[in-house]
Amino acid sequence: MPVYSDKVMEHFMNPRNVGEIENPDGIGEVGNPVCGDMMTFYIKVDDNQLSDVKFKTFGCGAAIAVSSIVSEMAMGKTLEKARKITPALVAQELEGLPKNKYHCSNLGAQALNKAIDDYLKKPGKKVKSKKRRKDEKE
Amino acid sequence: MRKVYLDHAATTPILPEVLEAILPYFKDAYGNPQSLHGWGDDAREAIEDARGRVADLIGAQPEEIIFTSSGTESNNLAIKGLAMAQQSKGKHIVISAIEHFSVLHSARTLEKWGFELTLVPVDRCGLVDREDVAKNIREDTILVSVMHANGEVGTIQPIREIARLAKEAGAIFHTDAVATTGTIPVNVKELTVDALSLAGNQLYGPKGIGALWVKKGVRIIPFLDGGVQEGGRRAGTENVPAIVGLGKAAELAKEEMESRMEHLSALRNRLIGGLLSRNEHVTLTGHPTQRLPGNASFCIEFIEGEATLMLLSSKGVAASSGSACTSRALKASHVLTAMGIPPEIAQGSLLFSLGLENTEEDVDYVLEAMPPIVDKLRQMSPLYAKFLKGERGGR
Repeated sequence: MPVYSDKVMEHFMNPRNVGEIENPDGIGEVGNPVCGDMMTFYIKVDDNQLSDVKFKTFGCGAAIAVSSIVSEMAMGKTLEKARKITPALVAQELEGLPKNKYHCSNLGAQALNKAIDDYLKKPGKKVKSKKRRKDEKE
Repeated sequence: MRKVYLDHAATTPILPEVLEAILPYFKDAYGNPQSLHGWGDDAREAIEDARGRVADLIGAQPEEIIFTSSGTESNNLAIKGLAMAQQSKGKHIVISAIEHFSVLHSARTLEKWGFELTLVPVDRCGLVDREDVAKNIREDTILVSVMHANGEVGTIQPIREIARLAKEAGAIFHTDAVATTGTIPVNVKELTVDALSLAGNQLYGPKGIGALWVKKGVRIIPFLDGGVQEGGRRAGTENVPAIVGLGKAAELAKEEMESRMEHLSALRNRLIGGLLSRNEHVTLTGHPTQRLPGNASFCIEFIEGEATLMLLSSKGVAASSGSACTSRALKASHVLTAMGIPPEIAQGSLLFSLGLENTEEDVDYVLEAMPPIVDKLRQMSPLYAKFLKGERGGR
């Protein structure tokens, strides 16, 4: 087993935001089980902000910890700010990752970006989410 | 918290009797076995005594035993040393696809040195097919090496039958018996092999000691040149304490073989039966019956091995995995791959290797610990989510 930082261990043992979002505004799936890791991020966007982020991950301890910290880092951020979550920042936030696990931090950032891409690809989505909020108020 | 060590395939603990036998050779009996005085005599007698015990365990003659630093060195010496000694007769080598890296990589080195290598496949249970060996042996085949049993999946090979094929073709036959020596009966005459590797830390002896048995009359080229130690076949001052430890471990293994096998098989069957019945989508890897007494190896679908090991470790349980993420090179175990296990399934590899000190309580503790671990990781797994959706959709 690689030597993980306390922060990685903490996020691995108690991962935040595990799960799926029903009717998400964006989904980002990266990796594949053949290569070892697979991450799926689900996002909910309100007023250009990530109002909810959830994930499901198949992979090693680092992959799970990365998913958890990325979800935490992204939560509540504007899309532009969430885009700025780089693999290096993820690794830094986790107090370092073993060298051969760096690719896990890449996957985390990629999965989040892909979910944002997915959201932005659907131009009607923004309107729809606003409309839904209105519906909820009514 | 309870601590349960189930990683005996990596290394066994050292038995108290073995440690006791070793200690004097770290303290007062520090002589060099080659020296011509009392100190030397004591050390020489000690290693010759150990040589006799190791020979006795495998049904060999003491002078046929070469002490080495490890199973890895034994395999290197066997593959390279036997091939080099036979190269005037041909340059073709046959090994199985699931050999330990010390055999596989030695054979790859020989390839670079101009030898030709054929890997014979294994079936889904990890068994080498005799037909495949027969098909691949050629006129210029000089060396065939197939491991006695694979520590990762536990499958025991029909060595006697495979050895016969090699011998009929005039090739030397070597077997890596690191996983079996001291664990199940290993007799060089019954196995009809020409060379056999073993290691101390697999039979409750110390690390840093191994042995290669080479049948009298079979030539081998040494690759540690120097003094006359080990009959000139392995130079370097003998590791006296470790050799003494291996001797003691061999003696105990021979005495207790039957009761050890009974103990380990019972625990193994309890662990396999319990794990399969309490967890869904888990498969046993390796052969269902022809397997090492202490080996319980599985693939747990939809989750990854390293994450499983980490959660087990948090419960005090030590195990291992052949998943890509657990290896430094991030490659799935070549053994599981050779057995045709798909990479995404191999990712869920989990190996429990039992040992003498384990109890039924240990096994039950692990059986209790596993379902919540599997469940926790599956709840996180997108593969499991997809599987469940697919299943629902199918109905």
